[in-house]
Parts: sequence; structure tokens; C-alpha cells
Amino acid sequence: MALHSLDIALFSWGALRGYPARTILMLVAMAIGVAAVVVLTSLGEGARNYVTDEFSSLGTNLVIVFPGRSETAGFNPSTMMGETPRDLTLNDAQALTRSYSVRRIAPINVGSSDVSWRERSRETVIIGTSYQMLAIRHWDMAQGQFLPEVDLDRATPVAVIGMKIRNELFGASRALGEWIRIGDRRFRVIGVLGSEGRSIGVDVQDIVIIPVASAQQLFNTGSLFRILVEAKSRSAIESVKQYIIDTLQDRHQGQKDVTVITQDAVLATFDRILGALTYAVAGIAAISLAVAGILIMNVMLVAVSQRTAEIGLLKALGASPRQIIILILSEALMLSMLGALFGLLLGQIGSFFIRNAFPVLPAYAPIWAIVAALLVAVITGVVFSLMPARHAARLDAVLALSKR
Amino acid sequence: MIELNKIHRDFLVGDQTVHALNDVSLTIQAGEYVSIMGPSGSGKSTLLNLLGLLDQPSSGTYKLNGVDVTGLSDTEQAHVRNREIGFVFQMFHLVPRLTAFENVELPLMLAGITPDERRSRVNTVLEDLSLTNRSHHKPDQLSGGQRQRVAIARATVTQPKVILADEPTGNLDHKSGQDVIRILEELNQRGLTLIMVTHDPEMGRRAGRQLSMLDGQLNRDQGT
Repeated sequence: MALHSLDIALFSWGALRGYPARTILMLVAMAIGVAAVVVLTSLGEGARNYVTDEFSSLGTNLVIVFPGRSETAGFNPSTMMGETPRDLTLNDAQALTRSYSVRRIAPINVGSSDVSWRERSRETVIIGTSYQMLAIRHWDMAQGQFLPEVDLDRATPVAVIGMKIRNELFGASRALGEWIRIGDRRFRVIGVLGSEGRSIGVDVQDIVIIPVASAQQLFNTGSLFRILVEAKSRSAIESVKQYIIDTLQDRHQGQKDVTVITQDAVLATFDRILGALTYAVAGIAAISLAVAGILIMNVMLVAVSQRTAEIGLLKALGASPRQIIILILSEALMLSMLGALFGLLLGQIGSFFIRNAFPVLPAYAPIWAIVAALLVAVITGVVFSLMPARHAARLDAVLALSKR
Repeated sequence: MIELNKIHRDFLVGDQTVHALNDVSLTIQAGEYVSIMGPSGSGKSTLLNLLGLLDQPSSGTYKLNGVDVTGLSDTEQAHVRNREIGFVFQMFHLVPRLTAFENVELPLMLAGITPDERRSRVNTVLEDLSLTNRSHHKPDQLSGGQRQRVAIARATVTQPKVILADEPTGNLDHKSGQDVIRILEELNQRGLTLIMVTHDPEMGRRAGRQLSMLDGQLNRDQGT
């Protein structure tokens, strides 16, 4: 005797419709569990994508060079000898442009100084760099132009200022062409940056950019804070990195005294951290699914006792214990599937509202989380119904029938 | 076709053993019309449940059509119930959410019969019991007599050899009860074995063979 699957489905569907309160209660329990997984993972993924996007706005295919070696191997003889790292110089930077794989470079010097125009003055971050910086950082200009395209060692007295500096120093007056004083030197304003946001931890509206050689004179130094190197393509990043290490080792008498990091490495780290966060959040949400599973077990037990007479009747009509288990389980399966789909819908609506409320957060639930939530929902629903189903199959038909 | 040999059925109530059936031996031939009477607690319902394989004897053997059914597994017993036995209950025991048609269809569904064949068999039975125009009504839209007729349709749709009826008229008014009894007797005249438990002597006397029980034992067996 084998039940037809369509018969099972129709019978279960009828049973679900026959007890709407119970069915709705279970659907809601299941739906909340699934919706929690969907919403929480979409939040986690949104945060991850947000950070990834922020980092890529720093520049593409970027390799960052800074002086000193970050030792990850722990204690070694060089740390004991107290060796000081060699400075990065403008010539080092110049040398890096000679590779075919390097598209452009920008040396960076950072310091802070007073900036004044007439009687107004304020202290701000001064960045010394080259004309390539504009393209590397994807900045745009509001007025005028960026640093002129000249040799790195030429100290031209020109400055590009951030929007906030412009407003605070000049107010309503025209800034382009005016002479400002930075420290003890005079610079002519040739452009105003239009970009917003932060770059290497500095608000780009609140900076003054001058040629790198001018900055070295201003701060009385021959060294560089950093060199940004943009590779021609993503696949060239590794070879550029190796090229930088080799070139600078040659120039520094065989000492590996610079640290070269690729943006990908930084990104990958963040990606891992936030990815782990998403998994953790998904785990927490999965607990709510398990709770929903236990609720299903309880409600199915109630369902079995509510329908004792019906189960007794099925036995009298010749249902085998296996058939009764199949009927109860298919009912649970149907319930959890419906609940899971309902929850998926609810979760997607929730993510939609999060995206609307916080447009910067691309809160989309990842496919793996959706699939996992649906599977866990259906599996818990069925597994937790095994016990009530067995209970039903073992019911004493005579007692079951005598009950009303 | 039914052979009970020294059947005992004991229940444990608290720490006392109650002998619901005490050494019952009985043979019923195919096509007989048997009524079982007796005061409540005399064991007549237990005997009927046992005949319907809803209950197991504590000792003794039960042969149905020559096969010892006491040793069968749950699944095999379910199979026998499905194919050989039709039940008619005092409370009708129709599934409230299913229509008359679907209620009658239930044992065929459990037997794994195809929907096409089920439809024709159910329709035939419903027509025999003049329920065709009620086939899409739910039980709560039917009168008591109609409900019991649906239950009889359900009991006979699998073409069993035995109908076990437990107070089939107990919940019906006199006229509906008469209808139901007449239908059951017609089935018996067509060759079905009919075994009916009743405490109504007037009903019981209609049977060709009248058993009466007291304290778990058969104390009278009047046949014609």
C-alpha cells in the first residue's frame, strides 16, 4: 500500500486549512526565524560591501610604500641592533616610475602648519605630493587646477586647498590667484578641491596640497611619508610590488627597509573580519530558527492530540503506522516550507527598508544565507515533527476513537 | 470465516486486572447476521474491537479467513483492516473538513488506488446509498442519518467481507435508525457478514444470530 504523493499533499493541505489558528501561528514562528536570518545577514553583507566600496574609492590597483620594515617574524638580530630605517627619498620615488607596469606614482609628505590669508589663520594638514595624486585618488576639482605637471624636485609656490579651508579663509571672496601664507612661506592658490569624504584618515575638504618639494622645504626634511604607486592593471600589482622591493633594496645598499602593502591585502583583511561578522550574525539568527523548530514540535504535538479521533479513524480505515507518520510529516514539511517562503518575503521587505533608510548600506542578503535559512527551516520543521508523528503512529486506536 | 479460540483480554486498572473478555470462543460463518448484546462493561465493544483488529487479545487465537491474524505486524494488520473489514461507528467518525465524497474516498486513498478508479468506485457507492446529491457536502451540512449513510459508504467502498457496526443507530432518531438498519441488512442480504453491537433488544432481535454477553463471557448464543 503506497500513498500517492498528490494525495498526501492534498490531505496535508486540507489539514492545515482545517485549523487556521494553529497554521498561522506556526507560519509566523517560522517566518520570523527565516526573516531574522535574511535581515541580519543582509545587514552584515551591507556593512562588508560598504567598507569594500570605501576602500576602493581610495584608488584602484594601488600599492603603498612606506619607510621601515614591519617585522612579522618577531624577534630577530636587526631589532636588537636598533637599526634605524633608511629614509624614502624623492629619488627613490623617481626610480619607481621606470617600470612599464607602473602607471603613475605620487610621493606623499604630510605635516601640519598654520595657513593664513590676510588676518585669518588656521592650522591644518598640509600634504605635499605631485600632480599624479589627482588621478590616483580620483579627486575632482571645484575651481582652478591641480598641481602643475613639473619635476618632482621642483618647489613651485602653488597650493590647492580643500573646500572647507577655502570657505573659512576666504569666505565670500575669490580664492583663486590669491597668495596665502603657510608657515613662513607664501603660496599662490591655483585650485580648490571639490571632493568630499576622507582619505588616509584626513578630511579632504580640510587640507592644503602643495608640491612635494615645497613641503620638504617647509618641513625641513628630505624624506617621504609614503609613496603611492598605481599599477597598470590588477594583474600587474604583484609584479609591481616585487619591482618596488627589488628597486629600493638596490638603492638602499641591499637593505630591505621599506614596507610595501597592496590595497588588496588591506581589503582582504577587512573582508575577512566583516565576513566573519556576517557568519556570527547568521549563527545567532539560526538559533531563532531552532526556537521556531521547537515551537513547531509543540504545535504538532497539540495538533496530534487535537486530531486524536481522526488519527484513530485513519487507523481503523487501514492506515499503517508508516502512512500516519508520512501524513504528519508532510503536513509539517508543508508548514515549514510555507513559513520559510513567507519569512523570505518578509526578510527581503526588511532589507529593502534598510536599504531605503540607509542608502549607503547595500543591504542585500547573500544567496548562501537565503539557501541556508530555507534549508534549516524545512529541516528543523520536519525533524522536530518526527516525535509527534511517531506519537501519532503509536496511538491506541480504540482509545483514540472513543475520544471526541 | 471468523474463528475465535479461547480469547482472553485483560486490562490492568490500577493494580487490579479486569477480564474484559474471559475465554471467548466463537465461530462466525461468512454471510451471517450477528448481533451482540449485553449490559455496558460486559465486553461487547472489546469483542468488536478485537474482531476489527483494533485491539489485541491477551491470549488465544483469532483466525480470519483461515489466517491467524493475532501474530501479524502493525502494518499487516492495517492492511487487513483496509481490505477485509468495514467499520460503522456510533459517532460516525467522519473527518469534518472533508466532503462526503472525500470521506468515502479515504480508505481507497490509503490503499493507494488511483484517483480515476477511486472516483468511479466512490460514486457507485454513493449512488447505491442515494447520497449522490450530497457528495460535496461537509458532515456538518448533513443530517445524522445522512452522516451514518456516508459512514456506511466508507465502510463498504473497499468491498470488505465483514461489516462491524458499533451501536450504528445509537445517535440517530428512530426513523433514521430504521433506514440505517435496513441498509445494513440489505448489505447482509448481498452476502456481507454483518456483526452489530447494540444494547437495544429490538434491534438485536432482528439479527439471525443473537449473542449476548455478561462479565466478559458469552452467556447466550441463539441462532436460527
